[in-house]
Amino acid sequence: MSFAEPLPRESKPRGRMRRRLRFTWPLFFAALAIGAFIFYYVLTLGYLDPAVNDFVQQWFPLVSINEALVWVMAALGLNIVVGYAGLLDLGFVAFWAIGGYVAGWLMSGFFDKAHVNVLGNPAPFIVGGIHINFWLVVIAGAAVCAFFGVLIGAPTLRLRSDYLALVTLGFGEIIPQVFHNGDDVGGLNISNGTKGISPIDPVKSLSISQQGVTFKSLGPFDHLSRYLIFVVLTILIVFMSLRLREGRLGRAWLAIREDELAASAMGVPLMRTKLAAYGIGAVAGGVAGVAFAAHVSGVLPDRFQFSISITLLAMVVLGGMGNVWGVMLGALVLAWFNSTGLPQLGDTFNSTFGTSINFPSYSFLFFGGTLVLMMLFRREGFLPESRTRLVLREPERTDMEALGSDIEEQAPELDGMRIGGKSGDDEGARL
Amino acid sequence: MTSSNGQPLLALDDVHVYYGNIAAVKGLTMTVMPGEIVTLIGSNGAGKSTTLRTISGLLRPRQGHVTFEGKRIDRTAADEIVRRGIAQSPEGRRIFPRMTVSENLDLGAFLRKDRDRIAADRERVLELFPRLRERITQKAGTMSGGEQQMLAVARALMAKPKLLLLDEPSMGLAPVLVDLIFETISTIREGGTTVLLVEQNALAALRVADRAYVLESGLLNLEGSARELARDPEVVRAYLGG
Repeated sequence: MSFAEPLPRESKPRGRMRRRLRFTWPLFFAALAIGAFIFYYVLTLGYLDPAVNDFVQQWFPLVSINEALVWVMAALGLNIVVGYAGLLDLGFVAFWAIGGYVAGWLMSGFFDKAHVNVLGNPAPFIVGGIHINFWLVVIAGAAVCAFFGVLIGAPTLRLRSDYLALVTLGFGEIIPQVFHNGDDVGGLNISNGTKGISPIDPVKSLSISQQGVTFKSLGPFDHLSRYLIFVVLTILIVFMSLRLREGRLGRAWLAIREDELAASAMGVPLMRTKLAAYGIGAVAGGVAGVAFAAHVSGVLPDRFQFSISITLLAMVVLGGMGNVWGVMLGALVLAWFNSTGLPQLGDTFNSTFGTSINFPSYSFLFFGGTLVLMMLFRREGFLPESRTRLVLREPERTDMEALGSDIEEQAPELDGMRIGGKSGDDEGARL
Repeated sequence: MTSSNGQPLLALDDVHVYYGNIAAVKGLTMTVMPGEIVTLIGSNGAGKSTTLRTISGLLRPRQGHVTFEGKRIDRTAADEIVRRGIAQSPEGRRIFPRMTVSENLDLGAFLRKDRDRIAADRERVLELFPRLRERITQKAGTMSGGEQQMLAVARALMAKPKLLLLDEPSMGLAPVLVDLIFETISTIREGGTTVLLVEQNALAALRVADRAYVLESGLLNLEGSARELARDPEVVRAYLGG
């Protein structure tokens, strides 16, 4: 094989460490997911001290964990676009919204003239509408988003960096506006305007409560069951991200991210590869949209704001662009901080110092501040992709040198460079 | 060294290329025969790199056509052109700095599916540039300019091209390294790969090439065998600093 040659000395321990790291984070997240499940299950049984229960309800309510998982799914989708392929997308909320409305259309009594039920689970008081099984809707949401991803991407992706970002920003504004004003599209109501679509059919799944495990329609408080569903969806997206990364498409994305022109010189089809990133990222965004609709049992157009796109981007950047585990960590931490951490910390601060500052309204101040600090002290994110980390840590031979200031090195370089190894033009020549 | 009188491997026929309204190449006609080393020389801004980019499908000629093995390729997508057998080492090397040498080589073979042959070619490329074997796990961006240039050529060879396009391989390199790179270009040709070499370093290029085209402000100024051109008083005065 090609590199039977001895490798540079220092690469050995580093290789071992890298291998260890490779297993550390997946195991960490698996343990976290299982541990959280067991912990909240024990909590529902009511064996624990009420004080513990109160503390958990205040600081780590399962609702906020579930919401954080939705953010994780969407952030992983954005990571494919931004982290893998290096395309800045400032309008990712569009896919979240589309996924949400697909759930709204296919899992509610909204289209009351229709009477469709495919393994669906309509709430008992609802007559008519389209009721399709949640898992099928997840697939439909993913498919519709992939379609729109390609549709939006096809004209957009010809643009480069800044222009692409601006156009995606536009689409991220347009699509929620379409839903916002969609109650009269040529006399047709497609989105119920500002009222949104609510309620959405309850998901039928395993219910875990004090009564044990049953199979029923999940009520608004069956958080642990939804937690399981969201964990399953997250695992699917993580698996997809990791597999794609290793494959041919992943290498093509990487090449485009590093140098578009060089990638095209290697024969990487630019448009097709970028569209794939856009479409596949949108799939994860759509799954998140469907999951979020199930989480809050409805879709409201006002939720799909620009700030969601920015928050998702902050999750990817803070976590470590291109690294699935880093992005998960970033998304969990930021989503928790946003929904629970900041209000709770604020309350604690207010009650300790007798102030009355409305901390949640300053959330973007904290985000912005954190981003600035990260850019100053840890640009590669919490948990960077090994590629980025190595470049930022290893002493870099500068552009100066690339421009030929390696003259000093002439003599030693010549030894290693004799053409064809031994005798000039025998074996080595046959190319 | 000039080859048989058969069909040219690559032919440009009255090619005009524009950037917006600015003409960069104004009616270039040239051929590359199988097995040749042809060099395209000229000063800065003469349209040399534009010509290479047009051949590799990154730019479209406004007029005229480019044929490769008798088939037109001037409307063909860049990845399809690589698939048909034209690989290039682009201007300024354009290696992937944050990937290892090994990953860079793998990307060179991006369109190939014949795994066994890829492994064999990789071995040959590493024999051609033993230095790269020593650096195989190193990030390409941390190597010296000369090593990066070797990698750029090696990476292009990994596509197993019939025609190798080299854009200024000597740029920014110490004179000794320049000699080595050009020596390697001869070796590559002896292995059966046709080479089209774009150079500002006319002296070195004319030494290694069979034939040469001299480009000036997008127009063909002179053409002929490399040996003749190296003695041509006009060329000597303009490009060889004589």
